[in-house]
Amino acid sequence: MMDRFERQVILREIGTEGQTKLQNASVLLIGLGGLGCPILNYLSAAGVGKIGLVDGDLVSISNLNRQTLYGENHVGELKTDVASRIISKKYSDIKLEVYPFFLNPKNAFEVISQYDLVIDGTDNFPTRYLVNDVCFLLHKPLVFGAIFRHEGQVSVFNLGENACNYRDLFPNPPSSMEVPNCSETGVLGVLPGLIGTLMATESIKVITGYAEALRNRVLFFDSKTYQQYFLDLKPNAVARNLIPKSKKELEQLDYEFLCSGIPIISWEEGLKSSKVQWLDVRESHEMPKLNLNNLIEIPLSEFYDLNQVQFNSDQVFVYCQSGIRSQKAAVKLKDHFPHKEFISIRGGVNAYPKN
Amino acid sequence: MAEKLIIKAFGMVAEEIGQSEIWLDSVSNTQELLAILKERYPGLEGMKFSLAVDKELVSENQKIDGAREVALLPPFSGG
Repeated sequence: MMDRFERQVILREIGTEGQTKLQNASVLLIGLGGLGCPILNYLSAAGVGKIGLVDGDLVSISNLNRQTLYGENHVGELKTDVASRIISKKYSDIKLEVYPFFLNPKNAFEVISQYDLVIDGTDNFPTRYLVNDVCFLLHKPLVFGAIFRHEGQVSVFNLGENACNYRDLFPNPPSSMEVPNCSETGVLGVLPGLIGTLMATESIKVITGYAEALRNRVLFFDSKTYQQYFLDLKPNAVARNLIPKSKKELEQLDYEFLCSGIPIISWEEGLKSSKVQWLDVRESHEMPKLNLNNLIEIPLSEFYDLNQVQFNSDQVFVYCQSGIRSQKAAVKLKDHFPHKEFISIRGGVNAYPKN
Repeated sequence: MAEKLIIKAFGMVAEEIGQSEIWLDSVSNTQELLAILKERYPGLEGMKFSLAVDKELVSENQKIDGAREVALLPPFSGG
């Protein structure tokens, strides 16, 4: 009997066994953009049984040169809605779950833990580091891919013993100032098509055991010259230390902040400095007040109007009660005052030295 | 005659250098290499990238005597 999967089942290395593995697989696809479109097309065509689709974005007209699931008639609709409608119409046997929002440290564990394989097709560093760290803590295999103009990177993380992850390649997140994204640099539509198709291939390898996945290796691919560069990865103890130790620790992290390029220091380091301005961003009722030189108070709730604010030093040390709001505040301030340096104080007033 | 060293550059680093491959006279270690490159291409200062000697990542200063190739690998975020 002919069926939808005949042409891959007759491949000796896939067979009915491989097809059953695909049918039983549950895959989480994070990002339904340039990479996500071909990945979803090929994995659903290959017969992956369950696919979760994560994206909080709407289809916009500038997506259409590369995000080939969508057309002009979809502009303004949620990508998860359009994608799930198209794919479920094509294949009756697929189970699709939609998550029409962006992942953050509070919701990522819940979503990712329900799947066997995760695919990172996102377009920003905060989410890439978040997904990497959650997958590392949950021991989930992660197919990684990323693009820049005419180049791409592909790898498979957390697969088997002594497996590497994104931090072994790039231990610290770069700030968005250091690396621009597609919307700023431009990209030929076929590039994410090529890289996404490689990621779909890697996913099928991981699920079925077909051939050898890019485990502890990273492929760098140049679409102008078709040159390939393979890098061997090894677990890097220093980089591992940068990953939060637990779900609880991860939930406290602000990944946007990690990629903002704003430093965090301790009170001990901060109190040694002279000629700085201190900024308390707690609400007026929060206690105890600290007695610091050159201190001003601007509660975070009043940040909507920063035009009135003036700093008398080029270096501003920002603190709050526990060290979380001061990070958010520093990011906003840096946006508003790009020529000043804002530094967040770790642990906030709760960590202020007792004597 | 000293062996030549090939520097392979990717992404933004290649754009800064203006090409994806350059040849250098042999350099003794990675620190010296970075100093030479940053002097020649000041835009590399403050740019984040990993460095691999003969396809293996290095995190600290490392000898590159006898190495054939050094790759300058920046992270990509696009998707």
